[in-house]
Amino acid sequence: MSPPARRGRALGAPAQLARVALAALVAVVALGLPGCAAERGPAPIRLWHAYRGAEERALAALVATWSGPPVELLALPADAFAAKLQAAIPLGAGPDLYIDAHERLGDFRARGIVAPVGDALEEDAFGPEVLPAVEQDGVAYGVPLTLKSAALYVNDALVPTDPPDLESIAELRLPEGVYPLAYEAENAYFHAAVLHAFGGSFLAPAGEPGAPGATPGASDAFGFVGEAAERSLELVRSLVDRGVVPADADGALVTRLFAAGKAATAISGPWLANDLPPETPHYRVIPLPKVRAADGAPLRPMLTVEALMLAPAGAARPEVRAFARFVASTEGTAILRREARAVPARRDAEGLLEGETLRRAFDDPALAADALVSAFAAQARVAIPMPTSVAMRATWEPAARALKKVLRGDTAPAEALREAKQRFDDARPKAVPAARPEPLVAIVGVLCLAAAFWLVRRARRREFRAAVRRSLPAYAYVLHSVVVLGVLVFVPLFAGAAISLAVGRPGELTYVGGYNFVEILTARGGPLFASGSFYLVLLVTLAWTAVNLFFHLGIGLVLGLLLSRPTLRLKALYRVLLIIPWAVPSYVTALAWKGMFHRQFGAVSALLSAVNDLFGTDLESIAWFSRFSTAFAANCTTNIWLGFPFMMVVTLAGLTAIPKDVLEAAEVDGATRWQRLWRVTLPLLRPTVMPAAVLGAVWTFNMFNVVFLVSGGEPDGQTDILVSEAYRWAFTREAQYGFAAAYSVLIFLLLFAGTELPGLVRRWRARRRLAPAAEVSS
Amino acid sequence: MKRRGRAVLESVGAHALILVFVGFALYPVLWVVALAFSGNDTPEARLLPVPVQPTLKHLVEVVGPSPSGSWLFGRQLLNSLVVSGATAAVGIGIAIPTAYALARFEFVGKKTGVRALLATQMFPAVASAVPLYMLLSALGLLNSRTGLVLCYASTAVPFAIFQLRAAFESIPVELEEAAMVDGATRFGAFLRVVLPAARPAIAVTGLFAFMSAYNEFILAATLLGSEDMFTLPVVLQRYVGEHSANWPAFAAGALVVSLPVMALFYVVQRHLVAGLTAGAVKG
Repeated sequence: MSPPARRGRALGAPAQLARVALAALVAVVALGLPGCAAERGPAPIRLWHAYRGAEERALAALVATWSGPPVELLALPADAFAAKLQAAIPLGAGPDLYIDAHERLGDFRARGIVAPVGDALEEDAFGPEVLPAVEQDGVAYGVPLTLKSAALYVNDALVPTDPPDLESIAELRLPEGVYPLAYEAENAYFHAAVLHAFGGSFLAPAGEPGAPGATPGASDAFGFVGEAAERSLELVRSLVDRGVVPADADGALVTRLFAAGKAATAISGPWLANDLPPETPHYRVIPLPKVRAADGAPLRPMLTVEALMLAPAGAARPEVRAFARFVASTEGTAILRREARAVPARRDAEGLLEGETLRRAFDDPALAADALVSAFAAQARVAIPMPTSVAMRATWEPAARALKKVLRGDTAPAEALREAKQRFDDARPKAVPAARPEPLVAIVGVLCLAAAFWLVRRARRREFRAAVRRSLPAYAYVLHSVVVLGVLVFVPLFAGAAISLAVGRPGELTYVGGYNFVEILTARGGPLFASGSFYLVLLVTLAWTAVNLFFHLGIGLVLGLLLSRPTLRLKALYRVLLIIPWAVPSYVTALAWKGMFHRQFGAVSALLSAVNDLFGTDLESIAWFSRFSTAFAANCTTNIWLGFPFMMVVTLAGLTAIPKDVLEAAEVDGATRWQRLWRVTLPLLRPTVMPAAVLGAVWTFNMFNVVFLVSGGEPDGQTDILVSEAYRWAFTREAQYGFAAAYSVLIFLLLFAGTELPGLVRRWRARRRLAPAAEVSS
Repeated sequence: MKRRGRAVLESVGAHALILVFVGFALYPVLWVVALAFSGNDTPEARLLPVPVQPTLKHLVEVVGPSPSGSWLFGRQLLNSLVVSGATAAVGIGIAIPTAYALARFEFVGKKTGVRALLATQMFPAVASAVPLYMLLSALGLLNSRTGLVLCYASTAVPFAIFQLRAAFESIPVELEEAAMVDGATRFGAFLRVVLPAARPAIAVTGLFAFMSAYNEFILAATLLGSEDMFTLPVVLQRYVGEHSANWPAFAAGALVVSLPVMALFYVVQRHLVAGLTAGAVKG
């Protein structure tokens, strides 16, 4: 066969393959088609929400009574809701209107994804405690729908008379093992009620503190400092220390305790009533009690107004505004109230049942829903609307960390609060002067010129052209993947890396040069190894990678060697069972492990008490996520569990590749088993295991899921690794994408250096060894 | 006799050690199973993952027809399977020729290309998520399974290329050369000799691509915009919300979601060792 003909064929054949791939792509596109709606009459109204369960059904029932243009409902996961709105609406792919909590309005308005509601808001329908929540600079940006705040759930049998104050709840005489009060004490949202009772707030009041007319939380400065904050922390700490309130309770635990009659009272929102199973003991709901320590002031919870918000495109359509008005009408909210026990935000929903009538109504199943709604409506009147400022979202993380530190007895309140303020101030976006882009342009220009010059010089060399010509058949095989990877992987990657040179939100980025990198590498002006600094997180990440890799390799090698024993029975069964951690979706098992590490109710605690019973030891169940060492160990256990099967299979694969005669030869030569293992088997395994170990190290270094889902960075962000830190900058600290991107670039550089350096050093050494020889020979 | 006793002891020790790890591997899974079938989860630390008051209500709640009467769960299961299957097909389809070229040809830019490919594995996805979203929107592929498949496939391709390249390298060149002497073209030899020989590796690589797509939920939740297009992890995520978490329902859903992928894993696992053996040559 002549070479040209061969090349022609070689080029033609991959083209055939490309056609097959294209056909596959077309098939995929065709699969996507049935989902596309055909053109039909009036444009549908698209409504997005994050409701589930009863609320979702109620909303569907409400929409079914609407007689206007068709409505398309879409339920989304709550965690992805805001991010999806922010991404979709500016691109015209979003809804006409959506339901979200009022406190996001400030943020949404800054991003331009919400518009004034205009005539969608019925006049005089909403009271003065509700309306300001949805107003921005005096203009309504949302139609109030329902109210959410915490109130007190009371177990009728355990607490027959309403406790007048928090202290009398603590003094209740209760059976063994029953908590007087259950609530998420470490959750800043619930702590707000205590803080408000002492006159504090998470955001400082505008104007002079204490001056008349100062609205709490009206400024953008951190307010969780000072006497009120300290006293609120001391009160809650004493409640936890005395066993009045369970330590590190989450929402699910509060539900379970109250449902099982193991908590006499519980502070929670209306959602608790929906989650309580039918076998829950009789209960009633009353407004939160007063606090003796705060001179008899009542606990005032945060008020969230769930509101209909109109996207700019939706607000321009009269039928969308009419639909919003319809949903928020008396009849509309009555459906939500009936079906989902939601508390309507409208004035005319208040005052249905009061006092003694209210209490008795809980006994009557027919009236129970009304009673619940009335109780929360009464509570809403003394609740404080959550501030809508963007700064509010930045308070949660520092406040929650301070709470955890104090409640776990690690730090004094004043110290924890000072740290929280420091953290808040650090994380707030600073005004950064825009840098001049000229240096960057100059550098990029020079680099481009140099690259072009180099390419031209190479291209003029005959050998190079010959090499390229020889490469043509190979290019036919790689062209398509270069195109696909170039567009879908490298372009977003470079764009992402470029964001690291800017600050601000996507869409309004300002070029600031190396500012982000300087800030990160100088630990934002603080001590280099302060909590949360780049260097400390890097150390944790390195330790994390090393520990995981060690155990992955160790367990993988041991199991691989054991399973390859020729005499072992049940080999196939063992292999299948041991691979299971690899086969189960990792987010499922990460969450399962988190549950197993729960202090009071996790299986690990059960295991410890079983060990105690068996051996008479005195191991105490601990709060796994309250200390760095144990939280880190919990993360590692989970990830080791997830990763060892891969290394085991890699080892098995490597072992089958080792020729038997090599081992037999060693045996004949009189090598002991240990010698055979260390001198023959392991060195021969190296080429298989090493690449897998390098890849495993890279994956572990960037293992976001486990850290995020299991410890969530607790305690105090100490177990965060670089990737989860980057994630926090992008999504929980006011979307500072520039910082997140800079972290990502640094991670990339570290990994790249880490994987490239050994090779470079080896080559350099080899060259040095060769160099003297070359001198001699010349 | 002494030798025999030692062998027995050794084998008992090996079984015991393996059983410890089997317990370690199975415990969390059984814990999820117990949670899914428990009728009443009392707040007590429990050692044995056995369902309390066994019930199927959570399973029915998750898998049963939705209030509107349509069987949404079935549709979403189909979505998951179709998206993951298409991801595996497209990803492998893109990776095979490239991996073959890397294994068999010398060409200008090969080293740079391989290094760039490895580098994509090091860059965290957090930073490129926003640009990727804008890109898909520009291509008109938002809210479509096609866009999702393209995203997943492009992330699965680099690993697939490494995996398959090693597999192709471990196949002796002589096999192709023999076929080419017999009159086959290079591509014909690739199709008829190399691909069949690499079948285990292709199966394993396809499984990895399938699993990565089947388990992903962040991109899916961001890109997909209607309920009948959701994949199962997105649905599952909704059971563990911000304010209220329905853990038993989540566990029941997790169980149903895990079953197909575990079944697939079981089918492919006998190839797993052979498929990864290929990696013996180099990564």
